[in-house]
Amino acid sequence: MTSQFRGETPTGAMPRLSRRGFLASAGTAAGAFTLGFSFPLPAREVAQTATGASMPEVNAWVVIRPDEAVIIRIARAEMGQGSLTGLAQLIAEELDCDWDKVRFELVKPGENRRRGRVWRDQSTGGSRAIRGSQEYVRTGGATARMMLVQAAALGWDVKPEDCTVAKGVITHRPSGRSTTYGAVAAAANRIAPPATVTLKDPKDWTIAGKPLKRLDTADKLNGSLVYGMDISMPGMLVAVPKACPVHGGKLASFDAAAVAGMRGVKHVLRVDDETVAVVADTFWRAKTALDALPIVWNEGPAAAVSSATIAEMLREGLSADTPYIGNKAGDAKGMLAKSGRIIEADYSYPYQNHAPMEVLSATVRWTPERCDAWAPTQVAEAALDAVAVAAGLPAESCEVHTMRIGGSFGRRLVTDYVRMAVLIAKQIPGTPVKMMWTREEDMAQGRFHPVTQCRLRASLDGAGNVEALHMRISGQSIMAYARPSVMTANGDPFIFQGLMPDGAEMAIGYTIPNLLIDHAMRNPHIRPGAWRGVNLNQNAVYLECFIDELAHAAGADPLVFRRKLMVNHPKHLAVLEAAAKGIGWGTGTAPGVHRGLAQIMGFGSYVAAAAEVSVSDGRVKIHRIVAATDPGYVVNPQQVEAQIAGSFAYGLSAMLYGECTVKDGRIEQQNFDTYSVLRLDEMPVVEVIAVPSGGFWGGVGEPTIAVAAPAVLNAIFAATGKRVRNLPLKNAALRKVQA
Amino acid sequence: MATLNINGKRMDFDVEEDTPLLWILREHAGLTGTKYGCGVAQCGACTVHVDGVAVRSCSLPVGAVTSDQTIVTIEGLGAEKPHPVQQAWAELDVAQCGYCQPGMIMAASSLLAQNPHPTEDVIREQISNICRCGTYTRVLAGVKLAAERMATNHG
Repeated sequence: MTSQFRGETPTGAMPRLSRRGFLASAGTAAGAFTLGFSFPLPAREVAQTATGASMPEVNAWVVIRPDEAVIIRIARAEMGQGSLTGLAQLIAEELDCDWDKVRFELVKPGENRRRGRVWRDQSTGGSRAIRGSQEYVRTGGATARMMLVQAAALGWDVKPEDCTVAKGVITHRPSGRSTTYGAVAAAANRIAPPATVTLKDPKDWTIAGKPLKRLDTADKLNGSLVYGMDISMPGMLVAVPKACPVHGGKLASFDAAAVAGMRGVKHVLRVDDETVAVVADTFWRAKTALDALPIVWNEGPAAAVSSATIAEMLREGLSADTPYIGNKAGDAKGMLAKSGRIIEADYSYPYQNHAPMEVLSATVRWTPERCDAWAPTQVAEAALDAVAVAAGLPAESCEVHTMRIGGSFGRRLVTDYVRMAVLIAKQIPGTPVKMMWTREEDMAQGRFHPVTQCRLRASLDGAGNVEALHMRISGQSIMAYARPSVMTANGDPFIFQGLMPDGAEMAIGYTIPNLLIDHAMRNPHIRPGAWRGVNLNQNAVYLECFIDELAHAAGADPLVFRRKLMVNHPKHLAVLEAAAKGIGWGTGTAPGVHRGLAQIMGFGSYVAAAAEVSVSDGRVKIHRIVAATDPGYVVNPQQVEAQIAGSFAYGLSAMLYGECTVKDGRIEQQNFDTYSVLRLDEMPVVEVIAVPSGGFWGGVGEPTIAVAAPAVLNAIFAATGKRVRNLPLKNAALRKVQA
Repeated sequence: MATLNINGKRMDFDVEEDTPLLWILREHAGLTGTKYGCGVAQCGACTVHVDGVAVRSCSLPVGAVTSDQTIVTIEGLGAEKPHPVQQAWAELDVAQCGYCQPGMIMAASSLLAQNPHPTEDVIREQISNICRCGTYTRVLAGVKLAAERMATNHG
């Protein structure tokens, strides 16, 4: 199991690894930094105490030590979004334990597989970590509680229904006797789990639903948290790779002899048919040699591609025939053909890099018998499969040691870098190799936010009502590249996020009598990926800015105009009203300050934003944002607030600056000097209004990203009368490009 | 060879003089709390104090640092007891993924050492580190809280 010795790591000491041992990192409520060094155990249901003594778990989710420490297992990835703490709250809530005693452990995918996937799905994307596992983790906590009570009751020879629990103390009411979880945990391991459990009504929650502090903070504040980049092992080498900068191009040759004599260089390796790596004793020496390495690429035909040719390819798709319809009502084309009052606009959304602060890395030790990878990943189980395939070993002989991640935003949903690290380590059997990318490699080899354009055509009747809307999206499909197995005969089912006719995930919030939303797939060679918010981002810009255009064309207030279209969409409307009320919509503003609105549904939640901006001398200042969200339930209000505020840093970075351009087939931006992001000086005040209406579980990490840009763009229109239809804003004349 | 004073300890390193201080700290001194984020002094994840001043160590060649200069890293900042900035960060749950936070904390603690009562505009201008999770509003609140605490503690 995820067993570990716990203890303080002396400042500055590097984690050391025994030959067959593995490392996991975990934090504790008390803040002690812990590193585990343990051996794979034959039995999977035993944990170790601080002193190394074996100890049974209560069930897969809960281990309680004799000292009353409650160890909660977390199967989903933690990359900053805080779901680790939220999941622990849900389990602790049903367990009725003392929150101050709660610690956590990360589940490894090999363990999960060996135990018949007792921890279920470990993939962490689509804002699903909590909503996708809340029911079974709560059940796990409740089951453990019942087993603990049963164990105590058996010991006393009383009925369990005469016992109560509070904060990990079990009391037999008739006799007044009491005991603790820690005292009966070992006995509880032998109790059969109950066949059925009843979960608490969320209105009775005392741990879940509360603004508790994160469990994983302390070691982030003193430098002791070991991220993937920070791993060190005896005899470890460091590999720095470089792949063909033109995606799809090949590695023709390299002159290893030219750098072989440089200090620290151990190997210069062909990793696969498009990648070379220098392996040295340190990162800096490997990177220095890689920079000096003569490399010849066979770039292929994509080397002729540029942003201009991609834009032309997409533009053709704006008017081409397409079979792929995402949403249809009435006869939009027919109505538009006969209507006298057409409003039309073309929009575009660029490539963007995830640019997490921690660039990609993975550390691998390969032997002919076994392969271990220490890899930050959002998809631990897929990473294990990638390791096994690349290692040429059965998955049972491999493990991915899960780690907390220094930001990810979707980039580590792809396992390319894990595979690459294995292919390097496999060429140096028995030696642990830490593969680290440079920021420049991370920028060049991203899995980019896909590029799309959109043509919107609408007609208004004499009273200013929308008669018809045709929304044609042209551009890149993530899934056609990343997951061809989910493609339908007509196209990418994820392309219409936020625009679907109905459903609990991504439904449009407007009723328009004649509606057509369709997609012409045009896939450039740049590799796309799921980027926090995914297709909701551009779809929200297109829809919400164009609805704003229609409101102005109709001479209507944008809120009043939307209300008429949202009569059948009360949840969408409720968050919009909350954001509008919060910003003071309809009331006066400070001189020069103007407002904009946007709403969308995505990842099962309803979100809206209202922005206040001013524009002077061509410069935009975002003064204030009010964001409203209805995710059904809120597990930790202060972390929901953090996610939503952070969504504006990410979403406004994208709107203001986020653009990766293509020249000679390769991405031009190489680092933060040319790929600017929002910093503290530009961060607006964000007020968060959570209006959980219950009855459904929506996501939090992503949906709000999508309303950041359109709310601000609509406010910019209010301020300037100018529509910015092509992102990012830095390219618009009203904002001077930063040097 | 380089001789450095890191967190109060004198340490010798057999390294090339053009190696950035960041990589000496991370790969030779074992102090991995100082992070690599960009290598071009843009993001600030590598911020340390040299003679009390916040420096982006990814772009400072070790040959430019002398043995009589005092280097403090995140591991040394609160070694005896947590720095008021670290305390404020814990109190406000500032960190999300946490990767940029050592740099943020080093930048903030340096700012407060030089300017104990910064205005909000000064904080916004001076803390130019990148956080992709978007912890900025809590970073701002954390600096303000730490400033208040330090003012109270020092009467």
